[in-house]
Amino acid sequence: MHRFILKRLLLLIPVLLGVSLLVFAIMSFTPGDPAQLILGENAPPEAVAELREEMGLNDPFLLRYARFVGNAATGDLGQSYTSGRDVFDEIFSRFPNTLILAALGVVIAVIIGIPIGIISATRQYSMIDSGSMFFALLGVSMPNFWLGLMMILLFSVNLGWVPSGGYSSWSSLIMPAITLGTGSAAIITRMTRSSMLEVIRQDYIRTARAKGVAENVVINRHALKNALIPVITVIGLQFGMLLGGAVLTETVFSWPGVGRMMVDAIRQKDAPTVLGTVVFLATTFSLVNLLVDLLYGFVDPRIKSQYA
Amino acid sequence: MTEQANTQDLLSIEDLSIVYEVDGETTYAVNGLNITLKRGETLGLIGETGAGKTTTALGIMGLVPNPPGRVVSGKVVFDGEDLLQMPKEKMRGVRGNRISMIFQDPMTSLNPVMTVGEQIAEVILIHEGVSKKASFQKAGEMLEMVGIPAVRAGDFPHQFSGGMKQRVVIAIALACNPDLLIADEPTTALDVTIQAQVLDLMKDLKSRYNTAMILITHDLGVVAQVCDKVAIMYAGEVVESGDIRDVYENTKHPYTRGLFGSIPDLDHSVGRLNPIKGMMPDPTDPPSGCKFHPRCPDATATCAASEPAPVLTETGHVARCLMLQSMVEPTDVNRVQG
Amino acid sequence: MSQEMTLDPAQGQLDKSPAKGAPKKRSQWLEVWHRLKRDKMAMLGLLIITLVVLAAIFADVIADYETVVIAQNLSDRLQGPSAQYWLGTDEFGRDIFARIIHGTRVSLMVGVLSVAIAIVMGGGLGAVAGYYGGKIDNVIMRVMDIFLAVPSILLAIAIVSALGANLMNLMLAIAISSVPTYARVVRASVLTIRDQEFIEAARAIGASDLRIIFRHIIPNCLSPVIVQGALGVAGAILSTAGLSFIGLGIQPPEPEWGAMLAGGRQYLRHAWHVTTFPGLTIMITILALNLLGDGLRDALDPRLKH
Repeated sequence: MHRFILKRLLLLIPVLLGVSLLVFAIMSFTPGDPAQLILGENAPPEAVAELREEMGLNDPFLLRYARFVGNAATGDLGQSYTSGRDVFDEIFSRFPNTLILAALGVVIAVIIGIPIGIISATRQYSMIDSGSMFFALLGVSMPNFWLGLMMILLFSVNLGWVPSGGYSSWSSLIMPAITLGTGSAAIITRMTRSSMLEVIRQDYIRTARAKGVAENVVINRHALKNALIPVITVIGLQFGMLLGGAVLTETVFSWPGVGRMMVDAIRQKDAPTVLGTVVFLATTFSLVNLLVDLLYGFVDPRIKSQYA
Repeated sequence: MTEQANTQDLLSIEDLSIVYEVDGETTYAVNGLNITLKRGETLGLIGETGAGKTTTALGIMGLVPNPPGRVVSGKVVFDGEDLLQMPKEKMRGVRGNRISMIFQDPMTSLNPVMTVGEQIAEVILIHEGVSKKASFQKAGEMLEMVGIPAVRAGDFPHQFSGGMKQRVVIAIALACNPDLLIADEPTTALDVTIQAQVLDLMKDLKSRYNTAMILITHDLGVVAQVCDKVAIMYAGEVVESGDIRDVYENTKHPYTRGLFGSIPDLDHSVGRLNPIKGMMPDPTDPPSGCKFHPRCPDATATCAASEPAPVLTETGHVARCLMLQSMVEPTDVNRVQG
Repeated sequence: MSQEMTLDPAQGQLDKSPAKGAPKKRSQWLEVWHRLKRDKMAMLGLLIITLVVLAAIFADVIADYETVVIAQNLSDRLQGPSAQYWLGTDEFGRDIFARIIHGTRVSLMVGVLSVAIAIVMGGGLGAVAGYYGGKIDNVIMRVMDIFLAVPSILLAIAIVSALGANLMNLMLAIAISSVPTYARVVRASVLTIRDQEFIEAARAIGASDLRIIFRHIIPNCLSPVIVQGALGVAGAILSTAGLSFIGLGIQPPEPEWGAMLAGGRQYLRHAWHVTTFPGLTIMITILALNLLGDGLRDALDPRLKH
C-alpha cells in the first residue's frame, strides 16, 4: 500500500513537469515586453534592455523553463510584474479562500446529489425520478456565473438577506458555495442514478433479495457501496473542476481567492502571476485526483488487493 | 393425478402464469404451469434456454422483477400456504430461510465489496436471530462444509475461483437449512471437472438435510444422475412430467423424444444426431393450439386448433399432447411438408 | 444439436438489436432516427436547436447588424421589456432581443467549429494511439494526461490570455482544451474494435492500415463521438460565454451572450433584464443540446438506456 502511494506520487512528477512546460510554453507567447511593462511606457530603451538581460529574458526558452522549475521547486514562483509581491506568498494567502469555497461546493453537491440519485434510481420512471432528472439537467445546463448573478439579484438586491460579494462573514460563503455546487450536484445526481440503476440489475442484488434481505438494506448496504465506486471518481473530478471553475464564481462574487487573482493578473498582463496560479491550480487538481485514486482502494476491495 | 393438492406436498404450483411487459409488448414467459414436489424429493426442470425455467424459479421466490414482470395468475402453495398471497414481510422470512436459491453464474452472484464471510453470515443473522458473532462462527462452519477453509471467510469474492464461488453460493443457500433449494443451472458456468464436484457436493448435502430440490438445467445427463422426478418445459408450459425412470423409458411427448434424440449416446451407434427442427416460438406471439405444433414431426391440423390438456399415461406420468387424448391420428404432416 | 436461442431467460426479453457491423448501414441510421423520434425530450431539444439555427441564419432579416445590433442609442438605455424592445435595452440602449438573435451566430460557430477541430485532432490522435498501440500509444496518451491534468477552463483561459482575445484564438483554445476527451473516447472504441474478426479479415485480404482505419474503424466508433460531440457543443458554448464573461472572449461591441451578461452586471440593481435574458438564452440552448445528446446516446446504444 505504501509502495503504491509512493509510486503514484513519483508518477505525479512527470505530469507536473509536463503541465508546467505546457503552461510555460503557452505563456511565452504572450505579446509585450515584461521589462517594458515593469519600467513603464516612458522608460529609456537602454534601461529596458538592461532589465531584460538581468531578468534572463534573452536566454533560450529551455533555460528559462529550467530556471522556472528550479525556482518553483523551492517555492519561488517569481514576483508579480505589477505589484512586485511574491507570487507564491500571494497564492498561499488566498488559497484557503478558494479551497473553502470548493470544499463547501462539493459538500453541497454530495449532500444533494447522492440521496436524490438513489431515490431516483429506486423509483425509476416515477414522478420524483422525472422531476429530479429534469432539475439535474437544468443544473448541468446553467452557466454558473449566471446562476450566481441571479442569486445576487434575488437574495442580495431584492431581499437583502446576504451580502452580494466580498468575504466579510460566513454568510458571504453561502451564495458562492451554492453557485459552485449546483452544477456538480446535478452531475453527481445523474451519475449516482445511472450507477445505481446499473448495480441494482446485477446478479448479486438478486442473491441478496433471495437471502431475504429487507429492501432498504439491499439498497443501502448491498447496492450503494458498489454504486458509489464510480461516483467517487466523479466527486473527485468535480472537486478539481471547482478549484478551476472558481475563476468565474470568484469573479462574480468578488471573492478574494486564487481564481480572481488569476483573472486580475490576466487583465494586467502580469505573466508570472498567471503562470503561477495556473500551475498551482493544475497541481492541486492532480493531487486531488491522486487522492481519489487512493480512496478508491479503500472502497473497492478488487483494487485494494492490487496494491499489495 | 391431476392437480388435487396433496397434503403431503411440500410445494404445489398450480396454473402459474407470468408475463413480462416491455414497451407495450407482452412476453408470455410462463403459461399455466403445474408442478408438485414432496419433501426430500428432487425435481429436474428441463428445457431450452427461454422455456421459462428461470422465470418459474423467480416466481416461486417472489422475485420476478416488477416491472417489467408480473404474475398474472396461479398459486404457489408451499407447506400449505400460498406464497403469492403472503405479505411481503412474511415472504422475506421464507426467502433464504425455508426456500433458497442458487443462481446460474457464480462469478456475478456474490457482492464484490463484501467478504464471503459477511455474505454467509448475513443470511444467518437475518433468519436465525443469533448474535453477530455466532452468525460469523456458523458462516465459517458452512464454508468448511462446502470444502473451503474457514480462515478464508475474510476474503473477497474476487479472490476465489469460479468453482469456489459457487461453493460459497451453496453455503449461503444452505446456511439456514432450507426445506426447498432451487438450483438454477448451478454448474453451467463451471469447468467440466468442477461441475461434477459441485454436483456431488449438492447431492450429498441435500440428502444429509433431507432438502427438496428443484434442479433447473438443460443437461439431461445431470438430471439422470441427481433427480427423482423430471418436468420438461416448452414455451412456458410443462409438456411432460413424472417419475424420472418412467419419463425416460416411456417417453410420450414428441418434444421430449426430440430432446433425447439430440443427445449423443455412447451405447448406441447412431448415424447422426437428430436435432429438433426450427426454433422456439416467439414468446410475444405464441402459436395457437399446441405450442409445439410448428416444430412437431407428428403435428396435424387439429394441433394448431386446440390446446392439449394434461393426460395421465398408462405407465403413470403426465404428458400434454393431443395424440394422447386420441384426438389426432399420428401422421407425418410436418415431415411431408418439410 | 444446438437448440440455443437468443432469448435470455433472466430478462425474458428477446434480443432484437440488428447484428453489429452488418452491411445495412443506412437502415441502421434509420433505426437510430426512429428510436430518437420516440424520445419526446430529445425531440424538444432538436426543435429548440432548430429554432436557434434558424435564428442564426435569418438574424439579418430579424434585425440589422449595423443600425440595431451594435449602434448605440443612449437615449433609450436600460429600458425594461416593452412592445418596442421585447427584452428591453442594454447599457448603450441597444435592443437585447436583436443582440441575442445575432449572438446565436457566434455561439453556434464557436460551438460547432471548436468541436469539429477537437474531433479531428483528438480523434486522429486517439485513433493512431489505439490502432498502433505500444510506444506511440504511450507517448500520445501521456501527453493527453498532461492536458487532462489542467482543468479545461483553466487551459482555455491560459491559451486565450497568451494568444490574445479574439474569435479564432477562442475557438482554438476551447478546441485544444477538449482534445484529450475525444482522444480518449476514440482510442477506447478503437481498442475494442481493433481486435475484432472483421478487422482481421480485412487485414488478411491485404487492406492497408489507412484503408482499415478509414473504412472499418472510424465508421464503427462514430456513435460515441457523435454523442460526445453533441454534449461537446454545449460545453463549448458554455466556455465561450464564460470566457467572454471575464473579458477573454468575444470583444464588444459584437453581441455575445456571455459578454452581454457581463455588461449588465453592474446594472443588476436597476436593470435585471440585461443579465437575465442572455443567461436564460444560454441555459435553454445548452439544455436543448443536452437533451439531444442524452437522446442520441440512448438511441445509438439502446442497451445503455436506463
